[in-house]
Amino acid sequence: MSKILEKEFFSKNVVKIVLDAPEIARSRKPGHFVIIKMGEKGERIPLTIASADAEKGTVTLVIQKVGVTSDKLSRLEVGDEVTDVVGPLGKATHLENVGTVLCAGGGVGVAPLLPIVEGLKKAGNRVVTILAARTKDLIILEDQMREYSDEVIIMTDDGSYGTKGLVTAGMEEVINREKVNMSVVIGPAIMMKFAALTTKKYNIETVASLNTIMVDGTGMCGACRVSVGGKTKFVCVDGPEFDAHQVDFDEMLSRLSAYQDQESAAYQKYLQTVEA
Amino acid sequence: MENIIEYLKAERAQDWRAELRKSMKAKERTSRERVQMPEEDPFVRNKSKIEVNIGLTAEAAVLEAQRCLDCPDPTCITGCPVGINIPKFIKNIEAKNFAGAAVTLKETNALPAVCGRVCPQEKQCEIVCFYTIKLNKVPVAIGHLERFAADWERNSGKMAIPETEKANNVKVAVIGSGPAGLAAAGDLAKFGYDVTVFEALHEIGGVLKYGIPEFRLPNELVDTEIEVMRKMGIKFRVNFIVGKTASFDDLKKEGFQAFFVGSGAGLPRFMNIPGENYNGIFSSNEYLTRVNLMNAADPEFDTPVISGNKVAVIGGGNTAMDSVRMAKRLGADESMIIYRRSEVEMPARVEEVKHAKEEGIIFMNLHNPLEYYADENGRVKSMKIQKMELGEPDASGRRRPVPIEGSEFIVDVDTVVVSVGVSPNPLIPAALSDLKCTDWGTIVVDKETMQSSIPEIFAGGDIVRGGATVILAMGDGRTAAAGMHKYIQEKIKAN
Ligand SMILES: Cc1cc2nc3c(=O)[nH]c(=O)nc-3n(C[C@H](O)[C@H](O)[C@H](O)COP(=O)(O)OP(=O)(O)OC[C@H]3O[C@@H](n4cnc5c(N)ncnc54)[C@H](O)[C@@H]3O)c2cc1C
Ligand code: FES
Repeated sequence: MSKILEKEFFSKNVVKIVLDAPEIARSRKPGHFVIIKMGEKGERIPLTIASADAEKGTVTLVIQKVGVTSDKLSRLEVGDEVTDVVGPLGKATHLENVGTVLCAGGGVGVAPLLPIVEGLKKAGNRVVTILAARTKDLIILEDQMREYSDEVIIMTDDGSYGTKGLVTAGMEEVINREKVNMSVVIGPAIMMKFAALTTKKYNIETVASLNTIMVDGTGMCGACRVSVGGKTKFVCVDGPEFDAHQVDFDEMLSRLSAYQDQESAAYQKYLQTVEA
Repeated sequence: MENIIEYLKAERAQDWRAELRKSMKAKERTSRERVQMPEEDPFVRNKSKIEVNIGLTAEAAVLEAQRCLDCPDPTCITGCPVGINIPKFIKNIEAKNFAGAAVTLKETNALPAVCGRVCPQEKQCEIVCFYTIKLNKVPVAIGHLERFAADWERNSGKMAIPETEKANNVKVAVIGSGPAGLAAAGDLAKFGYDVTVFEALHEIGGVLKYGIPEFRLPNELVDTEIEVMRKMGIKFRVNFIVGKTASFDDLKKEGFQAFFVGSGAGLPRFMNIPGENYNGIFSSNEYLTRVNLMNAADPEFDTPVISGNKVAVIGGGNTAMDSVRMAKRLGADESMIIYRRSEVEMPARVEEVKHAKEEGIIFMNLHNPLEYYADENGRVKSMKIQKMELGEPDASGRRRPVPIEGSEFIVDVDTVVVSVGVSPNPLIPAALSDLKCTDWGTIVVDKETMQSSIPEIFAGGDIVRGGATVILAMGDGRTAAAGMHKYIQEKIKAN
């Protein structure tokens, strides 16, 4: 059981919650995630830790409403409890000074990117961050990102904020402008796929953090498996970060859709019950 | 060893046992047929969660107990990995002292209701029963009787809470709540320790909960045992991964003096053949966890599961049998086993294979998958399989399956469950760089004490043996508890 200490909506569908989870707060490092479950009948879903405060014993998660569990979570109020929270899971990000790092975050992928940007900056890198979203309302954590980035570039699909265009356009602009030693991309699988293709053209080492379907998160089931360099890897224990140029994103996209019909039917049913 | 033999002799010499032996002629005992375990109808049970074996009635149990000859040299005990005093518990049943039978079981077996259901008795105690080895007859139904006595105790509502020694206020940690961890925790509590069990998942029980299905081992039964353990003062912390949520050093700082690692053989293996990552292809762990732990088949629960019409399960172990029978229960028209050896070599319990056949499971023995094909949505639609024949025996002593060239053919399937074994859980070895492990990733321990290369860390169960059995895991847990007790007491004395 973890109590919700703070809650804030970033937009209609994106919410930040701060959880009381002292042990996880103490042990977690950038790149780690947790698995949460809501209620006795809930499913287990992974959520990356956006930030944590070891002293206060808190962990911050940023959640986009996409299905039953994330929606239920977004409806909890300060003082409510999340039934099960386990973590920190996965391998921590390898943070070192490589020179200039181009970080690209799409949608709620910006949340897990935040601690990495912070860590890379503290390790002495020049950090250029691109925040991309469909539209202005969906750009999140901009101020926090500015605090740890040397430069922040905003890209929106509809041009309602920053530059109009896709994340890859922003990335190419930076790459053409200055020497980039490494890139980190986190966001929807399709965005990571194209971001990886972009950096591949320029031979820039790129790390992607994968958000596959998970059950246990401890390496026990293989629900999270992906092909990396032709080998099957378990994202929960071997990742979540991998060499983006080796990841089979098409397979990952297909696997992410495995339960699409069931999930959206369940979500529709759920919405009817809560809105009734 | 000497002591044990003396002890068994002394027990056998007790008046009540001598009386019982005289009460019936050996001939009368041996001429009786073995009881049949009553079972639910195959075509009713293969659509429900209901437990397949109904359990013996008291009358049937007593009749079966009378078949046991109470041999002077009870060979059956040598077949039991934890050395249950088998004749004593069976004679208690014959004497209608069912509570006494349950107490006898619990002297050496922490979870008899579980073992009576899942142990491979036909390869352990029953294969060395006097009936099997000397009379060439079907053995006494030791497993069914074990289950009977344990169930009787539970249903009587008078579950004995084992006595514990005076609390010594020494904190010890048990990592993992499968049979190894539970057995270790039970004994450590009896020795008077302040025991905390840490479990990574949100439920206690390890494989007993997430792996073995309801129709073979009802969860409620595991929960009853856990309740007893709570009453003994054992604390449980779920959602806690040792090495992740807190390190060993963190726990030492909190005062834990010694650790038992029973973290199991979590990692499912795949065959690394083309197409294995298509949708609709699962590891048996994922398939069973979704249904058993997460209740995916119940629409009230949020976790989904794909339940196909044509399901192929790859493998021949208990996990494969559980998966293939589960698929039937989730509504598959065709649910088949694809196993590369023949039925003789199958590692699954004989009873499970029998039950599977009764339930309409198709067995494609001597077949091996080569490749999977998917539809335009990435969902598996068919697979290529190859026929096999048996060659020379391999390292495991079983005849090696050899592919028959040119025998490949395609079968339509929409769901595949890969059940070809597991590797040891890497979480603990990854958290302790000094811990000595084998190349396979199992933890190296001293066989007598189960102590690892790090003195305060002990280990047992699947994390030491690779994939094993419930009873071996429990036996390890108990050996380790004794080893930890000795280690801690010596350390206390030395200070
Ligand atoms: C489907 C299936 C059917 C089976 N059928 C039979 C059968 O009929 N008969 C039989 O004898 N055997 C059977 N087995 C094998 C048997 O279940 C295992 O040998 C036995 O459970 C091993 O026990 P264990 O305690 O070592 O590990 P497990 O039961 O695997 O328990 C390990 C536990 O440790 C937890 N854990 C791991 N790492 C950590 C950590 N770092 N911190 C906290 N917790 C951790 C895990 O989450 C898990 O709950 C079956 C196995 C399966 C999967
Ligand atoms: S989520 Fe189960 S193995 Fe990764």
